[in-house]
Amino acid sequence: MEMPVPNPAILAKRNRVLARLATILPGEALISDEAERRAYECDALTAYRCVPMAVALPASTGEVAAILRICHEEGVPVVPRGSGTSLAGGALPTEDSIILGVARLREVLEVNYPDRYIRVQTGITNLAVTGEVEGDGFFYAPDPSSQLACAIAGNIAMNSGGAHCLKYGVTTNNLLGVTMVLMDGTVVELGGAHLDAAGYDLMGLVCGSEGQLGVVTEATLRILPKPEGARPVLIGFDSNEVAGACVSDIIKAGVLPVAIEFMDRPCIRACEDFAKAGYPDCEALLIVEVEGSEAEIDEQLGLIMQIARRHNPVELRESQSEEESKKIWLGRKSAFGAMGQINDYMCLDGTIPVSSLPFVLRRIGEMSTEFGLDVANVFHAGDGNMHPLILFDANKPGDLERCEALGAEILKLCVEAGGCLTGEHGVGIEKRDLMSVQFAPEDLEAQMRIKDVFDPRWLLNPAKVFPLAASAARRAA
Amino acid sequence: MRPASEDELSEMVRAARGPLVVRGGGTRALGRPGIGDLLETGGLSGITLYEPGALTVVVRAGTPLADLEAALHAEGQRLPFEPMDMRALLGSSGIPTVGGMVASNASGPRRVQAGACRDSLIGVRLVDGTGTVIKNGGRVMKNVTGYDLVKLMAGSWGTLGVLTECSFKLLPVPAAEVTLLGDEVSPQQAVQIMGQALGTPYEVNGAAWGANGRVALRIEGFAEQVAYRGAALRAALGGTWEMLDGEASADLWRGIRDVKAFAGQAGDVWRISVRPSDAPEMVARAGCPVAMDWGGGLIWALCASGRDLRADLGAFRGHATLIRGSEATRAALPVFQPEAAPVAALAQGLRARFDPRGVLNPGLMG
Repeated sequence: MEMPVPNPAILAKRNRVLARLATILPGEALISDEAERRAYECDALTAYRCVPMAVALPASTGEVAAILRICHEEGVPVVPRGSGTSLAGGALPTEDSIILGVARLREVLEVNYPDRYIRVQTGITNLAVTGEVEGDGFFYAPDPSSQLACAIAGNIAMNSGGAHCLKYGVTTNNLLGVTMVLMDGTVVELGGAHLDAAGYDLMGLVCGSEGQLGVVTEATLRILPKPEGARPVLIGFDSNEVAGACVSDIIKAGVLPVAIEFMDRPCIRACEDFAKAGYPDCEALLIVEVEGSEAEIDEQLGLIMQIARRHNPVELRESQSEEESKKIWLGRKSAFGAMGQINDYMCLDGTIPVSSLPFVLRRIGEMSTEFGLDVANVFHAGDGNMHPLILFDANKPGDLERCEALGAEILKLCVEAGGCLTGEHGVGIEKRDLMSVQFAPEDLEAQMRIKDVFDPRWLLNPAKVFPLAASAARRAA
Repeated sequence: MRPASEDELSEMVRAARGPLVVRGGGTRALGRPGIGDLLETGGLSGITLYEPGALTVVVRAGTPLADLEAALHAEGQRLPFEPMDMRALLGSSGIPTVGGMVASNASGPRRVQAGACRDSLIGVRLVDGTGTVIKNGGRVMKNVTGYDLVKLMAGSWGTLGVLTECSFKLLPVPAAEVTLLGDEVSPQQAVQIMGQALGTPYEVNGAAWGANGRVALRIEGFAEQVAYRGAALRAALGGTWEMLDGEASADLWRGIRDVKAFAGQAGDVWRISVRPSDAPEMVARAGCPVAMDWGGGLIWALCASGRDLRADLGAFRGHATLIRGSEATRAALPVFQPEAAPVAALAQGLRARFDPRGVLNPGLMG
C-alpha cells in the first residue's frame, strides 16, 4: 500500500509546530517522545505502520479548535483518531502528520429520556453509551463488533454498523447532531435534538466522511427503549443456495428479524473447533433473531421455522432459554477469534444484493481455489453485508500480497454483483485504490468537491478514501 | 422542457443559459415562485429494479409516487417513512413524484420510529448544475463506500442537482394496526404522554396531538402482537383510551400526515422542527392553532397571513420553515430558517461547486 512521500518542508518545521502546540496544550496532552508516539503508528489494520510527527490529545472542543488552527496555519496534515480500531487504516498516520486523538474527550454531557437522546463527547466508547442508559431500559442501537473499544468519533467517521442494522439502521440513522471543528478551527453545530436539518443535511454528509471534513467532538445520539426480550433460531442447510433462498423468503414473509447471520462450512467448522457451540455439520448456517414479548417471539419464530421447513433444513433449533440463546450466539461471536487461532486472516466487508448471495459465494469458492488461499464466510445476510475472511500466513513470503490480491478480486466481484466495496468498515487506505472500480471519475470528483468546501487545503486525513492519483493535485496544492 | 432520458436531461442542463425551475409533479412547491425555464422530470419514469426479497427498489425520479406505492403494495411492502401528500394543504394539483418526495425529504408520522426519507434512501443518480451525471450510494442497504451524497440530496430541493433515479430500502406492510386515542389534554400534557409512550418497548410508530386536543398513538405489527402491545401500552399510560383499528386508524393517520386540519383554512402554514420537550413553549409563543406530530418534535402552525412567526418564536434549538404563505409573506420572509454564518458558508460552498452557474432553482435555499 502506497502512502504519499512525507513533505520535507513540514518535517523541517517540526520543532516550531510542537512549540506552538505546547503553548495551548498541557504537557500530558502533547506527545513528542518517539517511543510514546509509536503507540499511534497504526490502527487495527496492523500491516501498515508509520510513526506520526506528534500526537495531540485535547480535552475540549476549544483545544481541538486551537490545535487545528495552528496546523492549518502551518500547513500540517492532521489525522483524527478515535480508539484506533479501524480495520481499513482510517487512522494510519503519515510521517509528516499530527495525530489528533479524542481519547480524553469522554464525558457524558446530557441524558434525556423524555426526548430519548444522549449527548456525549466523542471519545467515549460505543458500549459505554449503552452502559450509561441501560439501567433505565434504553440502549444505543449501532453495535459494531469492536464496541467495547471503539469510540463514537470513529463510529461517526466510518458510519459504523453492526449485527442489528436490518432493524435499527447504522450510525447515520441514529445520529441527531454533532459539534464539529473544521480544519481552520471554526466550530459548527449540525443538527441537534430535533429530527431534521434546517437546510442541507450536512450532518448526513459528515457521517461516514472518514475524518476528512472535520473533527467531531460532541454528538447527540438517539437512544431507544430496550425490547422486552430476544431469542434466536438456528437453521442448518446442505447448500448455500438454499440458505440464501430461505433468507429471501423470510424477508418476503413480512417478518423483520433484528439479525440474520450467515456462516458457511469453513467458518462453521472453525467456530465449532474453537467454541464447541454444538453447531451441526452442514454447508450453511443461519442464526435468525427476533425481538418482543415471549408470545411475540413465539409467533415470529413459528413463522420463520415454517418458512425454513419448506427448504428442508438439516437442523432447526429454536432457543427456548437464555442459556440456549447464548450457546447459539457463542459460535458466531467467536468466529473471528476462532479464525485468528488457526491463521492470520484478512477480513473483507463488501455488500451485495441478497439475491446474488449464492452466485457470489460460488465465485468466492472458485477464486479461493485459484489463489490457493482458504476463505471462510460469515456475514449479516439480511442486509447483504459480507465478511469473507481470507486465511493466510504472514510469515510466508508473498502470502500477504496474494491475500490482498484475492481480497481485491472479491471486492470487485461484490461491485459487479450490484453491491459495494465496504458496508461498514470504511475505505481508509485499504480500499482507496479500488474506489475507481465502483465509481466513475465524475462520481469521485463530486465527492472530492465536498472536501474542497470543508477543507480547501486538504489537510485533514488527506491520503485516505480517494485513489492517490485522483487526489494528488488537490493534496499538492 | 421535459427530457425523456437522463442523457437528454444532462444536455438540457448543460445548454441552459439562464435559471431553471426544476419540477417533479409541482405538488410541493414552496418559496418564492421560481423564475426561469421549467424543467420537468416526469419523462424519467418507471421502476428499474425491484427485489422484494432484498427489501430494495430502484426507481426513476419522475415516477408518480402512487405508481411506486402500488407496485410495492402488490408485494406487501412499502416506503417506511410515510411521505405526506401536500396537495390538500398547499392547494396544489398535479401528480406527486418520487423525485419531489426525495428533494423535499418528505417524512410523515412514522419518522419517529422508522426514520425519515433520507434514512430509507440508499442511492441516487443526479445531474448537477454543469450537466454532469453523478451517482452515489447504490442498491444495497449497508454501504459506506465514499461520502454520503445520498443524504445531502434528500431535502436539497433540486438546488444541487436534478435527481434522475433513487433507490430505497423498504419494509413489509404490517398485518394490523391500532391507534389509541386519548382524552382532551394540553400541549404540555400531550408531549409528556407521547414521550412516555415512545419510551416503552411497544414500538409506537405514530405519536401526534391534533387541534381536537387528543393524543393519538399508533402501533403496527402482526395481529396478536398489536393486540398485546395496544393493551400493554394502555396499561402503562393509564387513563381512558379509545381504540381504533383498520381503516379508521389508517384514515386518522392519513389526516395527520397531510395536516388535513389546516387544509383550506385561511392563513400561512409553518412547520417547526424542535426538541419535543421544547414544543409546549414553542406552541405558547406561536399562540395560534397548531398540530403536533413526532411526539412533539414537529409542530404545524396556522397563523395570520403575513406574520413573521420566526421573529415571534425567538431563539430556540430547531428551525421553522414557511410551508404555505401569501405572495406578500413569501416575498418578505425566507422560506428556510437562516443558518449560523459558518454553516451557511458551507452550504453556499456546496452550491458553488455543484451548480457553479447558479441555474438550479436559484435562490430557493439561499
